[in-house]
Amino acid sequence: MIKYSFTEKKDTRSGFGAGLHELGKTNSNVVALTADLTGSLKMDAFKKDFPERFFQIGIAEANMIGIAAGLSISNKIPFTGTFANFSTGRVYDQIRQSVAYSGKNVKICASHAGLTLGEDGATHQILEDVGMMKMLPGMTVIVPADYAQTKAATIALGEHVGPTYLRFGRPNWPIFTAGRPFIIGKADKMIEGKDVSIFANGHMVWQAIEAEAILAEKGISAEVINIHTIKPLDVEAILASVQKTGCAVTCEEHQINGGLGDSVAQVLSRFNPSPIEMVAVNDSFGESGPPLDLLKKYGLSPSNIVEAAEKAIKRKK
Amino acid sequence: MRMAFRFLLNLKEIRDDSKYPPLFLLQHPKIPPIFAGKIYLAHTMAKEYDLIQLKKIASQVRRDIVRMVHACQSGHPGGSLGCTEFFVALYFTQMKHDPKFNMDGKGEDLFFLSNGHISPVWYSVLARAGYFEVSELATFRKLGSRLQGHPATHEHLPGIRIASGSLGQGLSVALGAAQAKKLDKDDRFVYVLMGDGEQQEGQVWEAAMYAAHNKMDNVIATIDYNGQQIDGPVDKILSLLDLKAKWESFGWIVQEFEGNDMQAVIDGLEKAKSLAGKGKPVMNLMKSAMGFGVDFMVGTHKWHGAAPNDEELAKALAQLELTLADY
Repeated sequence: MIKYSFTEKKDTRSGFGAGLHELGKTNSNVVALTADLTGSLKMDAFKKDFPERFFQIGIAEANMIGIAAGLSISNKIPFTGTFANFSTGRVYDQIRQSVAYSGKNVKICASHAGLTLGEDGATHQILEDVGMMKMLPGMTVIVPADYAQTKAATIALGEHVGPTYLRFGRPNWPIFTAGRPFIIGKADKMIEGKDVSIFANGHMVWQAIEAEAILAEKGISAEVINIHTIKPLDVEAILASVQKTGCAVTCEEHQINGGLGDSVAQVLSRFNPSPIEMVAVNDSFGESGPPLDLLKKYGLSPSNIVEAAEKAIKRKK
Repeated sequence: MRMAFRFLLNLKEIRDDSKYPPLFLLQHPKIPPIFAGKIYLAHTMAKEYDLIQLKKIASQVRRDIVRMVHACQSGHPGGSLGCTEFFVALYFTQMKHDPKFNMDGKGEDLFFLSNGHISPVWYSVLARAGYFEVSELATFRKLGSRLQGHPATHEHLPGIRIASGSLGQGLSVALGAAQAKKLDKDDRFVYVLMGDGEQQEGQVWEAAMYAAHNKMDNVIATIDYNGQQIDGPVDKILSLLDLKAKWESFGWIVQEFEGNDMQAVIDGLEKAKSLAGKGKPVMNLMKSAMGFGVDFMVGTHKWHGAAPNDEELAKALAQLELTLADY
């Protein structure tokens, strides 16, 4: 039985654009930068209403990160916007030195992450970004689930102090978190269950919700928890859930290495060793194709989550 | 005489003890009224420090540099020695800055060091200008020190606003700070120093384009044009060809001056201010000699990142007049 439904689909990047525009109205220190992707990042409204606080950097991501770091010195709150690939791997050293190590309040906002970018193919479908960002000391890493949560997360960043990586995507996706509170670092329990804990983030939260319905039909009670903040991780929520269910499944649109699965496995192995299965891209690059077909081909469909849950439950002693 | 300089240079003493009149803490005409009550190092040039005094500070800074690098047997003395006049002139005659240190630097001139490996000269000048006790220079590159091998904000060392060391990033950061000053209607300058070898980094040219396109005329950049990098002469590693023409073609106002002649550096920096505010960023090509001031270190890349031994230290110190007392 699906306990969540949606009446509208929208892209998470539009949630970012809407949140940024809101922040522009309420916080005059908020400034926005882009590297030639204003439209793709949905930053047009901010640009139109706050032109003096909008900086078009051109196709020069390294320079953009440096300028953002410089702006933050005078208490501006810079939000940089480009594709996730160019927001992380391309500028890792700039983020590491000028933002993270320097403790600058820069919000690195990254769209078109993961396989669901679709037709552009593997050059742009970054699946390693969360790993890179979460390894940086002091970096907050957020992967919201839908339009509403991306908007809420963006607005929350206006008050949050410290370097942050906010990851979202390109395709239209069900909106199902509207009205739910969003707190950085606080996991959101979407569905109560007792047999298996499913931890998911980003687009995979909806996949997990669909998987839960299938599991319910099979008589398996799954708990679905949205771990929108990978760092700092809500260790308490993870342990409390697995304490009850005895096993875990992680779901993410990311490499199996370095992402949510790694983070949850680390918590469980240290504090409560339990069976864990990971639904993620298994050490490969993506390819061109429609988003849902890609999720299916690379093992990120609801059916894969169901299989993983059954496997995890079987491994319980 | 030596005591007099110590008083002049120890700002803490002057701030805390009113019997020393703040002779050189003159109000700068450009300081907005809101800052009028604060004590600033409002240098309007050698009215406060004459050339002889500045040269004496430079000599002491050079002693600090070789002693710091010797003490931890690591660090970069060459570029530090070559940029000593620049740092002394900048902090003691040019910048409006507050050694009490406010990270946001509102109403102040800001300085960013992009080639972070020449941290010894910066640390020495910051200490001699009153940002922290000169005794702390003895901790350079040692465990638990705020004086990291390359500048860092992590340890909250006053005077440092961003980490640097991975080359090519400082100009971008300076542009961001300058952009913020324009937003805040703060008419002070943002200074940045880069190395000439650093010009091989692509990010520098991204920043160069941005600055000209966006008319960042509150930025005064300087390249330490000493012709040396770690592996050898810049011309042999990856030639910059006509660096002046490159920057001019990128839309910058470019001037050149000698970097190891105190008066020439002061004049050059004064000229840079007069060139600023005209819709274009300003670039100083500062011709310096790596290792200047120590005869066996000068003009070679050998001392880019090497520390002197005991004997070499003694030989170097014998050439550098003790003017303000060693740390």
